[in-house]
Amino acid sequence: MALVTYRDALNQALREELRRDPAVFLMGEEVGVYQGAYKVSKGLLQEFGPQRIVDTPITEEGFSGVGVGAAMAGLRPIIEMMTWNFSLVAIDQIVNGAAKLLYMSGGQFKIPIVFRGPGGAAHQLAAQHSQSLEAWYASVPGLKVVAPSTPYDAKGLLKSAIRDDDPVIFMEGETLYGSKGEVPDEEYTIPIGVTDVKRQGTDVTVVAWSKMVTVALKAAETLAADGISCEVIDPRTIRPLDDGPILESVRKTNRCVILEEGWPYAGVGAQIAYQVQQAAFGDLDAPIARVTGLDVPMPYAKNLEHMVMPTPARLVAAVREVLYLD
Amino acid sequence: MTTPAIPDHVSRQLAATPKAQLVDMLYQMLLGRRYEEKCAEMYALQKIGGFCHLYIGQEAVAIGALSTLRPDDLVITAYREHVHALIKGCDPGRVMAELFGRRDGVSRGKGGSMHLFDKDKGMLGGHGIVGGHIPLATGTAFAAKYQQKDYVTLCFFGEAAVNIGTFHESLNMAALWKLPVIYIVENNRFGMGTAIERSSAIYDVAQRACAYDMASETVDGMDVLAIRDVIGRAVDLARRENLPTLIEARCYRFMGHSMSDPVHGHYRTKEEVEGQKQQDPIKRYFEHLKAAGLVTQALLEELDRKARAVTEQAVQFAEASPEPSADELYQDVYAEPYGPYTRSEQ
Repeated sequence: MALVTYRDALNQALREELRRDPAVFLMGEEVGVYQGAYKVSKGLLQEFGPQRIVDTPITEEGFSGVGVGAAMAGLRPIIEMMTWNFSLVAIDQIVNGAAKLLYMSGGQFKIPIVFRGPGGAAHQLAAQHSQSLEAWYASVPGLKVVAPSTPYDAKGLLKSAIRDDDPVIFMEGETLYGSKGEVPDEEYTIPIGVTDVKRQGTDVTVVAWSKMVTVALKAAETLAADGISCEVIDPRTIRPLDDGPILESVRKTNRCVILEEGWPYAGVGAQIAYQVQQAAFGDLDAPIARVTGLDVPMPYAKNLEHMVMPTPARLVAAVREVLYLD
Repeated sequence: MTTPAIPDHVSRQLAATPKAQLVDMLYQMLLGRRYEEKCAEMYALQKIGGFCHLYIGQEAVAIGALSTLRPDDLVITAYREHVHALIKGCDPGRVMAELFGRRDGVSRGKGGSMHLFDKDKGMLGGHGIVGGHIPLATGTAFAAKYQQKDYVTLCFFGEAAVNIGTFHESLNMAALWKLPVIYIVENNRFGMGTAIERSSAIYDVAQRACAYDMASETVDGMDVLAIRDVIGRAVDLARRENLPTLIEARCYRFMGHSMSDPVHGHYRTKEEVEGQKQQDPIKRYFEHLKAAGLVTQALLEELDRKARAVTEQAVQFAEASPEPSADELYQDVYAEPYGPYTRSEQ
């Protein structure tokens, strides 16, 4: 085991899969000569050359569609979005193209493509650069949506995403790139669609993914000091959602709080809450609570941005509420 | 009285193309015409549902263009694509079954009129968002170069698609990266009901290629040999030098935008449509062949009977094909098995 950053874990996954399969290539803005806007693709141009590490013009819809077309012709593209915010100009290629071609063609055209890049807010990037769009993509049948929280998960899941025969939306946490965690020296993969328990507990189930897992674990520490035991569950994959471990946990704790960086309206948490109450209504001792980003475009001012983002303090308050402590 | 001079491209193509292929192209045009007429009939009988865009009047473009291809070359089109699919080699019965929404359809009844796919024949759809498929064609051309193979991609779309971003993004990348793709603009003058003069700042579509330093040509889209001549050069350029070309084929659709739209009305007059029908591409091609002594009226009639018979057999095949079964509903959403997985669907 080595202590590796989330960024380097992703880099390892890319490098290993590029070595493993000549049909795999990486395409996007600044992925080559510049070494990646966030340095996830550092060194790849030097090892694999410009045929396989392809710098593009700023033309997200165009190069996303080039990726889908290349997948139709037998390649396994990895398309980097410099950030997921920019994917909104490419969403036709992802939703009307990648997600539908297998179905519309009656099973003839598999689209083994990964769209990956950072999502969520960083620091004072304002409304157009601070969005969590997993709910948008997760609503589309034909897409898989992955949002890893640790370097270990990031590497194992990216390798699985690249080997997957379906289009995978792979959302990295912009502020997680520098975070460190243990990553095995030997090769491994993590299957898409398997939920992980990040902290065991008995009093309340907290569901969180991507960088919200960090928020959840901080809140769990605070609550532990008050004698409250949180179980932190990380689905890792938003679609398909492995809700079994979530339900199992809720049946044990009888309480559930869902933590989500994105907007509340039609958010992923709304879907999870629906599934939990539908399957485990009789086990719930309190209504399911949600802690989300606030329902506004992200403001620039530091104090306002802080109000929008879910914090450990807001999660602590929600946990205390479902425990009827306040 | 003097005989009008035979245009250079006509004599060139008549000399260079085997007679059997020239005759087959006439048959293909007749098949396209009869097949689409039958589609109109089947739509009126509600055997075909949804949107149904017919190709009547534009046959020369697909048939001239596809006559230059090898079987391993690829075709990607917009949604007015029944004839492209037939000529690329899709079985007429399976195409009609698709239009009927039947299990034996080329896309197993999941695609319909706008989404005809046949991987084995190199028919890559059938796409319903204007301009949305242009990057896909750029991508298959990227793949050809990546794989060091020499197949080319023909990408068809209407003149109204040249104002959407994907067109420009694709032409830029294809020229920048030198990709073996031919973009064929079927300029039938109208994007639904909006004439090109009302939608494009530049009337001459082919001129747009100069923004990307790309080869381009404008061609009479009602003259199948002219199309064959021009596309043949573009295919050579793509295959030999990995260079893209933009072709503008000036044609005309004799029908409404789709079956639910009028042939004429607010946006064009009946006289205009009737005038254009004088340029019927099948009639013009037949006259060229007849003048060269390659076909007779009797042969034309024989080919027409064959086209009608094949079309009739296609309808019979489609009628006999079952509807997709309910258990196919969740098939092919993902490559791996997938069922209703949220409880709300159960």
